[in-house]
Amino acid sequence: MAFTLKLGARHHSFPDLRTLLAKASPKRSGDELAGVAARDAEERVAAQMLLAEVPLKRFVEDLIIPYEDDAVTRLIVDRQDAAAFTPVADLTVGQFRDWLLAYETDGETLAALSPGLTPEMVAAVSKIMGNQDLILVASKIRVVTKFRNTIGLPGHLSVRLQPNHPTDDPKAIAASILDGLLYGCGDATIGINPATDSPAACIELLRLMDRILTEYDIPTQSCVLTHVTTAMRCMELGAPVDLVFQSIAGTEAANRSFGIDLAMLGDAREMALSLKRGTVGEHVMYFETGQGSCLSANAHHGCDQQTLETRAYAVAREFSPLLVNTVVGFIGPEYLYDGKQIIRAGLEDHFCGKLLGLPMGCDVCYTNHAEADQDDMDTLLSLLGMAGCNFIMGVPGADDVMLNYQSTSFHDSHYLRQVLDLKPAPEFEAWLEKMRIFGKPNRLAPITPQHGLLESGTRNLFS
Amino acid sequence: MQDPWTDLRKFTAARIALGRAGGSLPTNALLDFRLSHALARDGVHAPFDPDSLAAELRPMHEGIVVASSRAKDRTDYLLRPDHGRSLDEASKEFLTDHRPVDDCDLVVIVSDGLSSHAAHRQVPELLKHLLPRFDESWRLGPIVIVRHGRVAIQDEIGHLLGARLSLMLLGERPGLGSPDSLGAYFTHRPRPGLTDADRNCVSNIRPEGLSPNAAAFRLHQLLCASRQNAISGVGLKDEGSINHRVSSDAPVGLTEPPS
Repeated sequence: MAFTLKLGARHHSFPDLRTLLAKASPKRSGDELAGVAARDAEERVAAQMLLAEVPLKRFVEDLIIPYEDDAVTRLIVDRQDAAAFTPVADLTVGQFRDWLLAYETDGETLAALSPGLTPEMVAAVSKIMGNQDLILVASKIRVVTKFRNTIGLPGHLSVRLQPNHPTDDPKAIAASILDGLLYGCGDATIGINPATDSPAACIELLRLMDRILTEYDIPTQSCVLTHVTTAMRCMELGAPVDLVFQSIAGTEAANRSFGIDLAMLGDAREMALSLKRGTVGEHVMYFETGQGSCLSANAHHGCDQQTLETRAYAVAREFSPLLVNTVVGFIGPEYLYDGKQIIRAGLEDHFCGKLLGLPMGCDVCYTNHAEADQDDMDTLLSLLGMAGCNFIMGVPGADDVMLNYQSTSFHDSHYLRQVLDLKPAPEFEAWLEKMRIFGKPNRLAPITPQHGLLESGTRNLFS
Repeated sequence: MQDPWTDLRKFTAARIALGRAGGSLPTNALLDFRLSHALARDGVHAPFDPDSLAAELRPMHEGIVVASSRAKDRTDYLLRPDHGRSLDEASKEFLTDHRPVDDCDLVVIVSDGLSSHAAHRQVPELLKHLLPRFDESWRLGPIVIVRHGRVAIQDEIGHLLGARLSLMLLGERPGLGSPDSLGAYFTHRPRPGLTDADRNCVSNIRPEGLSPNAAAFRLHQLLCASRQNAISGVGLKDEGSINHRVSSDAPVGLTEPPS
């Protein structure tokens, strides 16, 4: 059944739900590249008006990618909890927006609802929400996860310390790690994107981080962001793997292009759990996502990139991750053209992930061929802080010398912690105080050359 | 306030020990970052001058052709990767008409890619070291300089010219510290429809990274091996892996292992 609307002299018609979702999506270059975007601004709003009238129930009956064609669709349908869905079962998408914004709808209500929602419902409502709606509703939701510390508590902001180096040089990486720790960063994880995917290279990095965490008794977790099969090989070889990383996407075919399927992720998680390396919790997975990955893998099934991104969160929630990171501006201007599109996408991803019950963080970032700069990142960073984002990246000086893009810096995280009075994960905060890295709460203390981390760190790591 | 670990800077090009004003970036570090970003941005948008590059290359090689992709300008190039992957009609016709009578072993293709500075600064130096390395057994085709090309345009050009190997040199996505880095990609039996798995890559070619001379040495070795074994891509050597964090065809997605 087509969706039709007459606006003045113009007649708008959308043949199916998939098309309606795509045309209702706020403008972005990736949907235009895929040929699924609205033709003009009026058609976009017409699609949004029609989308607002669609009953939420319809998304369960009318699947945008067929059940038999796609393992992610099957996961979504099979896991949908009809009982949890009850409170909103009779609402349309538009009514659902109003319900989400109501004073009475609090974090507990939303957490209970989460297993009843499908990604398509969540993507749909996000398309008719303004940026302030995305911030307000997300800020009601807290998703708390634990491994060696507690991430996502109200009033807290964690940071992934990202000490990348183009040749994985251990001394270079150690230098960036010390820099980040001395700026109060690293409580989400210390996570390295390795230049090579070989188990031997990854194990060297894992051992380096394990040494640092053990030597200085740092309550956080390390991760080498290598392919899940490499992480499994590292575990077989007895390497100290805290978190298993993987990039994931919203269709089976896109995941296949990443060299993964759902069973493989399950196996990797079981292996990591069996190592029992967590001290306060058992969340062992770290996922990264980003709008546009399905299209770039030529596996988008005619859907828009934001809906597909939200479907990736259904994959993530199956494996109870510690961290889910939308790497929002990394993919380039052919998917998100400028600061405006990146900011919108970052807020959408954070909102959709949180509503689906995920511990969302965001790599607030851009590449040098995008129409964006550090001021745009300041804006998105601030908005995500207001929205209650679990974690952000900390890259030395915001300049990743390995991946050649700009993210947020240690200084940026300290800005956000100051301006919104956000604290690190409690266990990590206690360590920062013990190490006299923080003097007063949330304030960096002066560091002398005799500081423990510098003196013995230099002796241990750089000689 | 300065950080007392500036010594550690000798270990990495990362921006560490920047100091702080309160908890924020000191003015010098802020402006330094802005300058780097400005240079990278200018690198992306600097106009490419194929004719002056052709004039510079002419003493090294006979037969230099200038062509264009279907991308009509810089914005179109950035927004439509598909336009950068194929030739416009005029260029297609021209190359079809000028196909060498005998098939050649190697066609070299040069493009601005995402950094015209890289093409202008590194290509003449690289070819100066590379071209003399090919002995008489190599029949070299024309050098094709193409405006607004993406990596995969090498498949179409190599196919049109009947080349056994196609080598593409183009500006990589500029990083803050590397606004003029050149990437080199080659395929055996170039033809439309090849994927990244069929390509080999040597990246980060610039004086501060892999020097043009060293890159020429490496490329010559790889190209000889590719011609001899009639293969390119993951089958030729398994180190050149695709980094899955990038799934577009942005050149940074192909990473080289440390040597």
